[in-house]
Amino acid sequence: MEALTNRVKVMERKPMTFVEKIYLWNIMKGMMITLKHFFKKKATIKYPEQKRPFSPVWRGLQILNRDEEGRERCTACGLCAVACPAEAITMEAAEREPGEENLYREEKYAAKYEINMLRCIFCGLCEEACPKDAIYLSETFTPSNYTRESFIYNKSDLLIPDPKTDPQGFAKARGNRAKKEEV
Amino acid sequence: MADEKKMMKVTIDNITIEVEPGTSILNAARQIGGEVTPPAMCYYSKLKGSGGKCRTCLVEVAAGSTADPRPMPKLVASCRTNVMDGMVVKNITSEKVIDARKGVVEFLLINHPLDCPICDQAGECSLQDLGYSHGSDDTRYEFPRRTFEKENIGPYIQLHMTRCILCYRCTYVADQLTNERVHGVLDRGDHSEISTYISKAIDNDFSGNMIDVCPVGALTDKTFRFKNRVWFLKPLDAHRDCPTCCGKVTLWNRGDEVYRVTARKDQWGEVEEWICNTCRFEKKNTSDWIIEGPTKVNRHSVISQGHYVGLKMPPETLKRVMDGRDPRILMEIHDVSGVNKPEIHLSELPGPAHSHDFLEKDVTRAEEYPGHVPQTLADVDAKTDSR
Repeated sequence: MEALTNRVKVMERKPMTFVEKIYLWNIMKGMMITLKHFFKKKATIKYPEQKRPFSPVWRGLQILNRDEEGRERCTACGLCAVACPAEAITMEAAEREPGEENLYREEKYAAKYEINMLRCIFCGLCEEACPKDAIYLSETFTPSNYTRESFIYNKSDLLIPDPKTDPQGFAKARGNRAKKEEV
Repeated sequence: MADEKKMMKVTIDNITIEVEPGTSILNAARQIGGEVTPPAMCYYSKLKGSGGKCRTCLVEVAAGSTADPRPMPKLVASCRTNVMDGMVVKNITSEKVIDARKGVVEFLLINHPLDCPICDQAGECSLQDLGYSHGSDDTRYEFPRRTFEKENIGPYIQLHMTRCILCYRCTYVADQLTNERVHGVLDRGDHSEISTYISKAIDNDFSGNMIDVCPVGALTDKTFRFKNRVWFLKPLDAHRDCPTCCGKVTLWNRGDEVYRVTARKDQWGEVEEWICNTCRFEKKNTSDWIIEGPTKVNRHSVISQGHYVGLKMPPETLKRVMDGRDPRILMEIHDVSGVNKPEIHLSELPGPAHSHDFLEKDVTRAEEYPGHVPQTLADVDAKTDSR
């Protein structure tokens, strides 16, 4: 068959000479490369004492947002679930009753909200689809664990700390890239 | 020769069609079908006297007829204008129409709340489709939107007056389908609202059809309220022997649970045959129905998302490879998941679910699975900072 490209190199397969056979020069060359790396900057860091900063576009673990009064923003509209290419998100909605106005922002809310982190591919489409700024991908990652069951995250895992009772935790979980508050 | 009707030749967007005299431009366009058809929010072919209210079906008439080929001076409502022989109509080919329709959509949306994430009509809402295809993506309206006091109009139908676009379809249903009209439009102009007279409950046998004819989410099914989004449900054609109506319906299922029953709709979103309230609200068991098969949903509809039609699954090989043993299931999702619990039947609730309908409280993964690494960034930081 005719070659499709002109990049084919014909190898010469001559028997090695004595100098080549003892590999001394090649070993020296290899050791030099190893030696060079002693003086280079280390590629690794000592996690968890040291941590790399997350990129501003990092897509990490999902967080369910609250508004400034600590009410849940999610209205269970299902747009995140319909946008999710991995079909990781499921939810069940309920109607807000009188007396629950301090808990939920709107008439309808997500009574159950689950993300299967084994399925999630962290594409961020749920964040893009959300009309209520209720879900966003935070600047952290899903922690590892030994059981599969522990990767089915429910609402209590995903909800952001309440800004009224835990403003520090709220600010930290929101990170630097959360959208600016609506005016 | 006397009974042979003279057919009218009409050209809509350069497509010529012959229709019977007395056909409206809208119906002539519907006979052609496709993109040529003007959208209609208030016209409903099954309701006498409907149309002429929303102005979304405006078209330009470039030539009135062969006898009088002058163009009509203004855009006309195609649902109320009948064709003439030799009429030339411009719909999507006319810039004037596109522009006017954009204005109409803007007017319709002036007082329409942007609560689509809450609204049960989302996904099958005519106004949503219209706004998406003809409207602009921004509002220029700066004033407070019109609001109404909430009114309870019975156990089956939920009225959201703020979402109403005053198409009058529901009042025609009340007039023409039920023998006693208890529901109409009160007040005038900006204040007008659909309501039941002195809050009298709508208990006519066919009143539920108002839900189906409503182009927006103003009238929705209370037994389906907030239960699920339409695009997560499976529409199935089904029928039953009903003494009062035809009994041909579409079931909206999640698994084996019937979440909602609606009449079957044709390609224009219009009900094919009216159904009674018993079929619609009270037969919420799969055993009540004879299921014919899945409803064909337009590929472009959001309802068709996740419905993998014509999927060819490869044969399961794992069992064969493992000498006939079933593979060990490492996790049964229903044991872990709090969503769609088999012991909670949302479809059997008469109204929307409330917090007390969900028996179990969510337990965080950290409590349920000790040894779970702290999850929020704050926790991780707190742990590492202390070292």
